[in-house]
Order: sequence, then structure tokens, then C-alpha cells
Amino acid sequence: MRSLGPNEIWFILLAVRWTLLLSIAAFAGGTVGGLLIALMRTSRFKGLRWAAIAYIKLFQGTPLLMQLVLAFFVPGIFGIDVDPWGAAALGLSLHASAFLGEIWRGCIEVVPKGQWEASSALGLRYWNQMRHIVVPQAFRIAIPPTVGFLVQLIKATSLASIIGFVELTRAAQVINNAVFQPFTIFGLVALTYFIVCWPLSLYSRRMEQKLALATR
Amino acid sequence: MNYVFEFGQVFAAWDELLAGALRTLWLSAASMAIGLVVAIAGALGKTSGPRWLRWVIDAYIELIRNTPFLIQIFMVFFGLPAIGIRLEADQAALLALVINVGAYGIEIIRAGIESIQKGQIEAGKALGLHPLQIFRHIVLKPALQAIYPSLTSQFILLMLNSSVCSAIAASELTAAANDIQARNFRSFEVYFVVTGMYFVLSLMFWGIFAWVERTFLRQPATR
Repeated sequence: MRSLGPNEIWFILLAVRWTLLLSIAAFAGGTVGGLLIALMRTSRFKGLRWAAIAYIKLFQGTPLLMQLVLAFFVPGIFGIDVDPWGAAALGLSLHASAFLGEIWRGCIEVVPKGQWEASSALGLRYWNQMRHIVVPQAFRIAIPPTVGFLVQLIKATSLASIIGFVELTRAAQVINNAVFQPFTIFGLVALTYFIVCWPLSLYSRRMEQKLALATR
Repeated sequence: MNYVFEFGQVFAAWDELLAGALRTLWLSAASMAIGLVVAIAGALGKTSGPRWLRWVIDAYIELIRNTPFLIQIFMVFFGLPAIGIRLEADQAALLALVINVGAYGIEIIRAGIESIQKGQIEAGKALGLHPLQIFRHIVLKPALQAIYPSLTSQFILLMLNSSVCSAIAASELTAAANDIQARNFRSFEVYFVVTGMYFVLSLMFWGIFAWVERTFLRQPATR
């Protein structure tokens, strides 16, 4: 039996890059999808609003694990082969789109109605209103909850291990199967996630308090 | 698209799926109940306990909130035996869910407690109420009304999260799905149906929580 040496620990720690890469990919995909969902959700058109609500409800009402598993199997039905990396990135992006969409909808709706009215009185159309008036104001209040969700997303990438993508958690399982020291190995992995996530959590909370003071 | 759907083989195992759904229901309801007790105790300790206790509770909250649930359940199931605590998969799942939801619950409940104004508590004292009576009637109930939405969405998240317990083969809905697809290889069909079942469970919880709020937690009419 192998024992837990520097090589094994190094293998686990290096796998954190896949966790980070997957988080970045999912956050990028979720940003594009989330913007779309937020715009649809706040749209004047009933059909778009309803489609966005249905999307959000569906993703907030089913387990992320099932979403990832389906992201793995559904492309196959259409004859498209996806590897675990593609499935995880796709599933997490769709998941993040729903949650970011709902978060950003709230931020858009906080912008006072008078701002819309004033800008339309100035002759601005929808896209220019969004770009120059609404988004810059919504952006500031969106930062704390968005960073908070990023922490959720980084933790959520651990579920990609279940569909076979080798990131931090899967690497730990692989090593643990060989050396069987679960307490040390999973403890080390927990600590690694903590080191990545905690600063983001603290930043999110600090920004939130700052914002709460500013708007008081 | 040449794929031939075969949902028949999934529905043939309806009894296993139903049993799995009931286990998920039980697992999440039990961890909600116990988790709520942990959260209330933790919130009390954090708002009025001694300094060292507050520090311990803070460490617990930060540790749980900044690590994945999957790692937490591995720690409970594979890690704890190293210090002599050996649990069945189902017990480990319940314990891990309670530990997880407790950490989120404490912050939610503490926010509720802090939403009660000091004057209310002072009024309770002036009326000669026992500290426990003050907590129950003046702090707890109005606080519950304030935090009800975030608490219940946390509970629904917990129910959805319980699917992760399949990773240690605890008996619940996702584990049932894994068993079925290992036999008939209709992976898409099985997971599609099970995802739908989770959605129905979510709708059920949303419905029940909304009903409880309407029935028991309505704000008294303000005069």
C-alpha cells in the first residue's frame, strides 16, 4: 500500500487549479446567461418574463447534482459527445445563470423608477437606459451578493467529481483510495477550499456593510 | 437524433423510486427539525453566550459555510472513524445535513433576534417575565416572522442538497436512481424522471411553507 507522502499531497494541491478553472468557466458562462435571464425577467414583455421565471424555478427547484448528471447525459441524446469537463462547465453555467439572473433582477429593480422616467424623458431608448443609467447603479449593489454566490459556485464545483471530472475533491478521493487516510486527506481538502472561499466571503460581507452604511 | 427513449424500464421500478422519495422526505424533514434546534441554540449562544463560546460558534459557521457539503459528508462518513466514531451511511447523512444547515440557520436566526428592538425586551422585563418567557414570546415569535422566508428557502436548499448524500450511498432518491440505472443503463431516463420528482418535492415544500405562513405566522393586525 502506498503511503501519504509529499507526492500525494502535491497531487491533491495541484488539482485545485481545475477547481479554479471550472469555477471561472462556470462564472463566465453564468454571467452571460444570468444577464440574459435578468433582462428577460425585468422585460416589458410577458412571454419573456414568464420564460425567465420558469427557467429560474426549474433550476432552483431541482438538485444541482441532477443538473450536472443531466448535462452529462442529455448531449449524448443528440449525438454530441461531452467529456466530464464539458458537462460540468455546461451544467454549472446553466445553474449559475438561474441564480445570478435572480440576484441581478433584484438589483435592477432597486433602481428607482424615476431614473427610468428621467432617462426616457431625455430621449434614451432601452439599451442606452440600461447601459448608462440602470446598470451602473445596479452594479454597485450587485457586488456583495454576486461574490457571495461565487463562493457557492466554487463549493459547487466539488460535485463535478461525481460525474468523473478530476478536480480537488476527485483528486483527494483518488489518493484516499490508494493510501486510506481519509481524516487527513479530506481535512486538507476542506482547508484548501476554505482558503479559497473565506477571503471572498469576508470581502462580500464587508462590501455589504459598507453599502448598508452608505444607503442609510 | 437516433436516440430511442425507454421510460418503461424506469416506471417499472416505481416502487423503488417512491421509497427513495419518501426517504429523501424523511431525511430532509428530520435534518430540518434537528438543524433548527442547533440553529436556535447556536444563535442564543452567539448573542448572549460568553466570549469563548461566541468564538467557537463563529469558527463553526465560517468553517461550514466555506467548505463544500460533499467534503463535509466525506469527513463525517470516512473521517470520523479515524477518531473512533463509526456511523452508518444514513446516520452520517443525517449528521452531515444537520451540521450543514445548522451553520446557515444560526446566522439567519441571529438576524431575526437582532431585529427585535431592545425596548421590547425591556418592556418584558418590566412586566416581570422570566428570561425564558421573554425569549419565547417577545423574541422568538416575531423573529420567526421576520426570518421565515430565508429560513424556508434554506430548508428547500437542504432538501435538494440531500441528493449529495448518494455519494456515500445513503438511502434516498438519488441513490435509488443510481441503483436503477446501474441495472438497466437507461441513465438519461432515470435521472430525468428523478429530477422531475425532486421538482415535485420542491413544489410541495413551497406549498406547505406558504400554508404554514398564512395559517400560523400572520402578523397581528396593527392598530
